[in-house]
Amino acid sequence: MALKGNLRDFNTTQLLNLIHLARKTGTLTVESRNGTARLCFKDGKLIFAALDRQDGRLVDVLIRAGKLQPEQLKGLDLARLQDDKVLGLKLIEAGYVTQQDILNSLRAQMLDVVYRLFSWNEGVFRFEPDLQALQNRIPVPIDLENIIMEGARRLREVERLKEELPDLDIPVRLTSRPEAIRKVQLSAEEWRVISQVNGRNTIEQIMRRLNMDEIQIRRIIYGLLQAGLIELGAPPPATPPPGVPARGPGSGVSRSVVEKLINYFRRL
Amino acid sequence: MQAVKIVVTGPFASGKTQFIRTISEIEVVSTERRISTAAERAIKDQTTVAMDFGRITIDKDLVLYLFGTPGQRRFDFMWEILAEGMLGFIVMVDSTRPETFREARNILDTFRRYAQTPFVVAANKQDLEDAWDPEDLRIALRLDGRVKVLPCIATRRDSVKTVVLELLYSILEELSGPQR
Repeated sequence: MALKGNLRDFNTTQLLNLIHLARKTGTLTVESRNGTARLCFKDGKLIFAALDRQDGRLVDVLIRAGKLQPEQLKGLDLARLQDDKVLGLKLIEAGYVTQQDILNSLRAQMLDVVYRLFSWNEGVFRFEPDLQALQNRIPVPIDLENIIMEGARRLREVERLKEELPDLDIPVRLTSRPEAIRKVQLSAEEWRVISQVNGRNTIEQIMRRLNMDEIQIRRIIYGLLQAGLIELGAPPPATPPPGVPARGPGSGVSRSVVEKLINYFRRL
Repeated sequence: MQAVKIVVTGPFASGKTQFIRTISEIEVVSTERRISTAAERAIKDQTTVAMDFGRITIDKDLVLYLFGTPGQRRFDFMWEILAEGMLGFIVMVDSTRPETFREARNILDTFRRYAQTPFVVAANKQDLEDAWDPEDLRIALRLDGRVKVLPCIATRRDSVKTVVLELLYSILEELSGPQR
């Protein structure tokens, strides 16, 4: 099923959160006036990323990282070495690079692409459940939690934060999907907020207890939400005027009435 | 004769009026007006400005009313009035328009403040190519696993029936004891 939209309405952090929590496999393509980004994911982990016309070839990545000199390629028939895994082995055998150089350079290149993507406020995206962009490339799995947290930390538009979290009078609780969290690195401020999350404290109460301002708390809560560490609870009910009973479930309707409705719709 | 009501809410052009039309036994009473803004007119010609009203007679003693809320924030003064005394509510979301997801979440929070009644989310327009999967919608709307996010095609009677039934099951569960 399609996953299409515009970063204006559903930003990079939210997209990565969705891919992470749904453990999706496929390719995300984002086209904007800043360029075109292609990111591949497997089971909710980032495994490849390239920007614009770069196809993310190992040779280009290593040269850009300063790990390989163009003259070292002279003896290699690059036209025949389309598969980066084969090329990588040849470069290691030749003693030009180590396996760690390759992994580190690829990881740095992928993070560079994702962090650039965080600065794009607009752009059409689509997620396709195939990994064709990965053909002949080396996949390097990177967990998304820390990338998502970093993306939220970089979100500077206060208006956007207010749109995403319009109401601070909502309780927050720890995630009901702890299996989705692995190795999240939190700042001291983020830990302080987490320590106050108990399912009863509202965002506003946490802000006051920790002496934070609205922008700070919105950014941290937004990041923790996107990284899947916490969830929003149900908003507290509006206080009824004195003498008016609070409206509860079912509004005083009996079970038999609801059963009658169910029987009617089952027969419909 | 006892009357009970279910409210159908959601963002502009999410399919609320159609949902009620599909299942109501009477011609839906709609308070629609021609749309004045160009951006909204590009999506549809008319919009609900006060409410839609549908009716289903269950038997000689019981009637179910379906109320559809206006989708735009500028008419939100109607929401609390419509929410008064409802059995539960359905949040319609156009699964093909991610630009409305944030608004859907805000409407949901607003209704949960009005009344702590059961609700379900109907991921409408699932027959269209660009529709987001209901489980993706759940994450986009930040809904936990306990909330029912149901695939829906508001023009199809069986689909609408399923959504209403799922809401009724949730209401029954709520009446049976403190589950949440």
